[in-house]
Amino acid sequence: MHEEPILKVRNLRKQFGSGCSHCANLDSNRLEKNYCTVCGTVYAVRDVSLDLYPGEILGIVGESGSGKSTLMQCLYFDTDVASGEAYIQTPALTGTNVFELSSQQKRSIRNHDYGMVYQNPVHGLKMNFSSVGNIAEKLIAAGNRNVGEMEATSKRLLGNVHIPLHRMKEEPRNFSGGMQQRVQIAKALSNNPPILFLDEVTTGLDLSVQANVLDLIKKIQRELGISMIVVSHDLAVIRMLADRTIVMLNGEIIEQGLTDQVLEDPQHAYTQQLVYSLL
Amino acid sequence: MRANTHFAFFDEGSKKEIRRATLKAVAIPGYQVPFASREMPIARGWGTGGLQLTLSLIGKTDVLKVIDQGADESVNAVSIKKLVQETTGVQVTDQTEEADLIQSRHRIPEIPLTKDQILVLQVPMPEPLRPVEAREYATKRMHSEDDYSGAWLMLFEQIVKYGKTATAADHPVYVNGRYVMAPSPIPRFDNPKMHQSEALILLGAGREKKIYAVPPYTAVESLAFEDYPFAVESFEGQECRLCGSAHIFLDELIDQKTGETVYQCNDTSYCMEQLNSTEKAGVENSYA
Repeated sequence: MHEEPILKVRNLRKQFGSGCSHCANLDSNRLEKNYCTVCGTVYAVRDVSLDLYPGEILGIVGESGSGKSTLMQCLYFDTDVASGEAYIQTPALTGTNVFELSSQQKRSIRNHDYGMVYQNPVHGLKMNFSSVGNIAEKLIAAGNRNVGEMEATSKRLLGNVHIPLHRMKEEPRNFSGGMQQRVQIAKALSNNPPILFLDEVTTGLDLSVQANVLDLIKKIQRELGISMIVVSHDLAVIRMLADRTIVMLNGEIIEQGLTDQVLEDPQHAYTQQLVYSLL
Repeated sequence: MRANTHFAFFDEGSKKEIRRATLKAVAIPGYQVPFASREMPIARGWGTGGLQLTLSLIGKTDVLKVIDQGADESVNAVSIKKLVQETTGVQVTDQTEEADLIQSRHRIPEIPLTKDQILVLQVPMPEPLRPVEAREYATKRMHSEDDYSGAWLMLFEQIVKYGKTATAADHPVYVNGRYVMAPSPIPRFDNPKMHQSEALILLGAGREKKIYAVPPYTAVESLAFEDYPFAVESFEGQECRLCGSAHIFLDELIDQKTGETVYQCNDTSYCMEQLNSTEKAGVENSYA
């Protein structure tokens, strides 16, 4: 069956620094990892292209500093890209490179089409506002002005992520890390986004909570058919969640394919090292 | 008034700077225009923004009224009046109708203002989004992108926690359908007075170095959710114990001796006027 990707990314580049004649041509392999020794420019993401298909979970693995999170931030418009294109398969945006849209339009995509769960809940939540309010914030941003409706939606979502009813009006700062992460997931899901970004969601959580959160993500995918990009350096998480996996190193994609294939039969030397250090 | 000083305390450069910011503010209703706030002989946070607007606007023939939380005789109002009078020699008044220029803290007078008047409001916190976002560059960006979910979120939180919007004062408003503005800490009761006001309303925040404005006949709409409409403070069934007025903003006072709750006009000049007119009517009746 031929399917159209819901999110198509082409040649996404993010660099810190202006570059110089020494490093202008990225193919010439003159960088020290992702860093130009002459001008000090860091190429955090180097011409990454990827496709995300409807209903699939795409895993991204790689070591610290390989550009996974920067890639996510670029896709979610948290930071500007140096160059590259991204296309979202929605009726209004077909054929439009979303990186070229105005900041208002980008914000509208974030509010209507995207959900994001950050590694650190501090970035995704307002810690001094109630959990219900945190979820309502995204609904308000998407144009809802009905308190009763938003409160009902928030309560339903918080129920889905197993936050006890009597704590719904509490601020997330009083919650444990796992609970905060679940509130973040509820917030990201609040207006049924077709695309969800998960950046190291289980890192730093204890194993039982981790299992809870992973179960929840799997359930969301099964029941709501949301497409997700999951970034993690934990191969077990990737193995459990992702249908396809991309391996990043120094800002580049060095290997991609079905998760089982990448993990069972790694081709690139780095991937081999990564997989064997797990076992 | 000494002839060798500038008129109205400020040097001409300062007046020009403040007037320039004011003009821009009038041109973009509700937008906070940054300006070079001057050092004043009163402390920042005590009405320096309003005072700077007043001193940049005032002319020799103007009549000034200064209100502090509805009162004409409180220390703050009196000191500001004295300063302006000593540096300009203008006439001051307590009567709302007589004044051309009204500087006020936390109230809009009960008597409707006219197109010949300018209302200057003192503002402690000009940024309605500050409680949700501490960084100025972020709030500026939110204003430019029409991103007011933070202001709505604050009201939502109050409804979730208290069952109603609990803004005692400074309930945020949409100005001309574009900018969300802090109307200064006026009670909700005064918010509707800003809507299509005949008088020019200028707001000055000296400490925060911002000037903004509601030009005459501009739409000013208080933020409210569909199922929780905006409501002003209700004084249903209460009236002023001195002048007997109802349907105005009343102060709730507790009688120290009896422990009883009594109500009284917050706008002292309005109360005085009501008392005088009944007195006058009484005198005229007894003579007739």
